[in-house]
Amino acid sequence: MDDAAMDDFAVDGNAIAGLLASVFGAEMTTATGTCGSCGTITMVAELPVYLTEIGTVVRCRSCQSVLMVFVSVREVTCVDLMGLASLT
Amino acid sequence: MAGTAVRGRLTWQTVTVGTVMDETPQVRTLALSVPGWPGHRAGQHVDIRLTADDGYQAERAYSIASAPGEPLAITVERLDNGEVSPYLTQDAQPGDEFEVRGPVGGYFVWEPDTGGPLLLAAGGSGVVPLHAILRHRARTGSTVPVKLLYSSRSWEDVIYSSELDFPANGVEVIYTLTRSQPRAWKGYARRVDEQMLAEVAWPAGQGPLAYVCGPTSFVESVATGLVGLGYPAGRVKTERFGATGQ
Amino acid sequence: MSPISRGFHRKREEAPAGRVPPGQYVTRDFPVLSAGPTPHTPLSGWSFSITGGRETKSWTWDEFRALPTDTLTKDIHCVTRWSKLDTTWQGVSLDVLLGMVEYESRYALAFSDGGYTTNLPVADLLGGQAWVAFNYEGAPLGAEHGGPARLLVPHLYFWKSAKWVRGLRLRDTDEPGFWENYGYHIYGDPWREQRYAGD
Repeated sequence: MDDAAMDDFAVDGNAIAGLLASVFGAEMTTATGTCGSCGTITMVAELPVYLTEIGTVVRCRSCQSVLMVFVSVREVTCVDLMGLASLT
Repeated sequence: MAGTAVRGRLTWQTVTVGTVMDETPQVRTLALSVPGWPGHRAGQHVDIRLTADDGYQAERAYSIASAPGEPLAITVERLDNGEVSPYLTQDAQPGDEFEVRGPVGGYFVWEPDTGGPLLLAAGGSGVVPLHAILRHRARTGSTVPVKLLYSSRSWEDVIYSSELDFPANGVEVIYTLTRSQPRAWKGYARRVDEQMLAEVAWPAGQGPLAYVCGPTSFVESVATGLVGLGYPAGRVKTERFGATGQ
Repeated sequence: MSPISRGFHRKREEAPAGRVPPGQYVTRDFPVLSAGPTPHTPLSGWSFSITGGRETKSWTWDEFRALPTDTLTKDIHCVTRWSKLDTTWQGVSLDVLLGMVEYESRYALAFSDGGYTTNLPVADLLGGQAWVAFNYEGAPLGAEHGGPARLLVPHLYFWKSAKWVRGLRLRDTDEPGFWENYGYHIYGDPWREQRYAGD
């Protein structure tokens, strides 16, 4: 657990289990993501997730860098994983 | 990656509302009928999607209230300014249809051989997946010791009180009522803090496993407190519901 | 085909015809949509800066609040389809702020605490179209809605009204900001329904 408490409005990776499963074709909440900025390794279920109708943003628990972004554009889910060094 | 998880369905399926039951003035349990429901694990949730007649769709995630082997049921709390929860808790009637995706979730799950002793910490509607865990424990005859620390605004807001008042052998339920208490209430009457955790939680030396679920601020506070008591971070599982504005 | 959920509908209010851009519905709510944690910058550490002009110009909170302000009532339109009518704000016009800077650039990137960015043509910040707003409905803007100050550009979709704004970078090219990078329209005119890139 990081020292800084998660923002009250954030949920965590559990909340997007269904979205992740539909995008990746597998259960992803127990996968671990490595932040491309600071190297912190966190289980997806424990990552802060900002879930809104404009888009879903998954951030690093430690440095708040953007790890993943999901946007629904004309009913197609666009996924950006550029903030992750790895997801295993 | 998925381990021995039950394969959930990744596509949307039509679900029909069966019986509905009001747990509290704000909270309702809906039994859902899904053809070919693959079964679920205790602690998992489903995504629900509603479709209006103008094509507008809204999606939300709800924890499964029932145990593996029981029919699918969700328990929904009505949020002020909510869009989906007022519909599910007030308008949806037996026979109505919407869609479900799942079950999903491979992290916040418990089986008897996951072990314990278990510390379950619930903030408000965070009790729902923990209730599924308790029912699963009872149905499997597991003897893993459990303490459920349940934070609720008031006695009237306690969900599943008729079950929790008669916990199974080896289960202890500790309430804290944060906003109002019945006359002669002798229990905790404040938000969970480190002192309360120190009094209630299994000592770290017993190798407990914690499941903490509820509003994000509740989960952050409790998880940090448990780690402060010596629980390894990897033995504290968390599920955050965001800010419910309560 | 998804089954219709009997009786389910979006919460909506009535709106006068022609008042609301295409595809929008009116709400009395003010939903909080954030891409990141709410910053809590103390006012003593707050500044608004305009860079990329002949010289960088920066205001502390006290200097900013000493500038002339406008009180305005505007409709706001979110790309997620809700519109909120007759919202009142108090803020400093970008005409005042940009009026104190020498520059030639035609584009700006607004930047915020927490790293959010959004891009706009400078022309859309001028002519009484944009403010740095610090009061909403007569009270200091709450942190979850972008306080202590947010950009307010009501003629464009509301993601352009960057919360927790800390300044503008003036540029010669129109570079996409945060949501523009992830598929939202580079300009965002609600009346032409420019929600996504390519609209």
